[in-house]
Amino acid sequence: MSNTQYDLNKGLAQMLKGGVIMDVTTPDQAKIAEEAGACAVMALERIPADIRAAGGVSRMSDPKMIRGIQDAVSIPVMAKCRIGHFLEAQILEAIEIDYIDESEVLTPADDVYHIDKRKFRVPFVCGARDLGEALRRINEGASMIRTKGEPGTGDIVQAVRHIRRINSEISKLTALREDELYEAAKAFQVPYDLVQYVHENRKLPVVNFAAGGVATPADAALMMQLGAEGVFVGSGIFKSGNPRKRAAAIVKAVTNFTDAKLIAKLSEDLGEAMVGINEHEIELIMEERGK
Amino acid sequence: MKIGVLAVQGAFAEHERILRKLGAECVQLRKKSDITDDIDGIVLPGGESTVQGKLLEELGMMDVLKDKIESGIPVLATCAGLILLSEEIVNDERRYLASLPVRVRRNAYGRQLGSFETTQSMKRIGSFKMTFIRAPYIESVGEGVEVMAEFDGKIIAVQYKNQLGMSFHPELGEDYGIHKYFLNMIE
Repeated sequence: MSNTQYDLNKGLAQMLKGGVIMDVTTPDQAKIAEEAGACAVMALERIPADIRAAGGVSRMSDPKMIRGIQDAVSIPVMAKCRIGHFLEAQILEAIEIDYIDESEVLTPADDVYHIDKRKFRVPFVCGARDLGEALRRINEGASMIRTKGEPGTGDIVQAVRHIRRINSEISKLTALREDELYEAAKAFQVPYDLVQYVHENRKLPVVNFAAGGVATPADAALMMQLGAEGVFVGSGIFKSGNPRKRAAAIVKAVTNFTDAKLIAKLSEDLGEAMVGINEHEIELIMEERGK
Repeated sequence: MKIGVLAVQGAFAEHERILRKLGAECVQLRKKSDITDDIDGIVLPGGESTVQGKLLEELGMMDVLKDKIESGIPVLATCAGLILLSEEIVNDERRYLASLPVRVRRNAYGRQLGSFETTQSMKRIGSFKMTFIRAPYIESVGEGVEVMAEFDGKIIAVQYKNQLGMSFHPELGEDYGIHKYFLNMIE
């Protein structure tokens, strides 16, 4: 990937800011998401809650299904590939996907190496639980970061933990003396330049979204107040009672994330939220996939 | 000088950063009550036009904003902002502010792999590095619309009275020429 291409890819993520990216499994759902105000959709065969329920190996979606969704909407379309599965990524690039999510939601294909994302022209978003993980993914070529959260649970606790951890680590790094940055780079296992960028700019060099467990307008606004630049909603929408209404409410809550009066109104009569599973009830911890 | 930057979705912070560096005060427009009488200029940033347009409508901002623009307040619209301003969108039925007499094509260069950067000359601005991200272009313009820049035979920047519209993202670069020109329109 040339530097220009990397800037263009970081730029697309900047255009998505303040928006909601929604998981969809069919062209009809994609249209509902677009009409509700999604700034992009994530095309996948099964949403995380169902992946969790079904068990087994979870892989990249059928390219034909992804194409159907690309044809159905005019907003950017993202799709997931397995961690380390650069062949799936090549396929997604070949069908001109707008963004690839190298995702822990799918079963990892490589337990050591992530994809060398610098080898691609297409942009990548990756999950992170802490600053080191975020910077390692960026060093590999990711042009957007999201919290991992714990997908498919409807439980926001992990996403909150991850964004708080990333932000507090950024604060700590910012407070370091310059001559202490070399040691920080060693601890994070990333090049000095990246650590220095964060030290100087008090932020990641790419856009950072919240993901994993967002189920209500309040969840989405909470993540925005904690410093997320936008929100991914996976199972939260199409596993709920009234997807259309809930999706539109989450979009508005993200735009006006400090307006509690408005969010109160948006939270009325949304029907049933996804049931959700608590942290201690789940057997498969997806956030631990890929470090 | 106070600039209202539409902040319902997209790259509004990037515009604010440049405008503040140039000495302008910025307010974020997130709901109807944010659009006050003391605003001297309006910025419509890049982002997703479908999202921004829908939120403008549902948050009750569309008519107030349209009135302001038609009353002559200077507007800088980039990428999605250009689509919001356009009277006609060739490949989309949706219409938004529709105050700029141009026909625009959405996602005219295709998907993200069609995104690109180029340096072109722009009237009254000079040479400018332009970033196109899933960008639109203008197919044709109405009476009184001045073409400011073209690329590959397509119109990519126009001025119509108080309205400045372009396909690309001056908010992503370090060249502040377009923002300076916009602030001069206010003075």
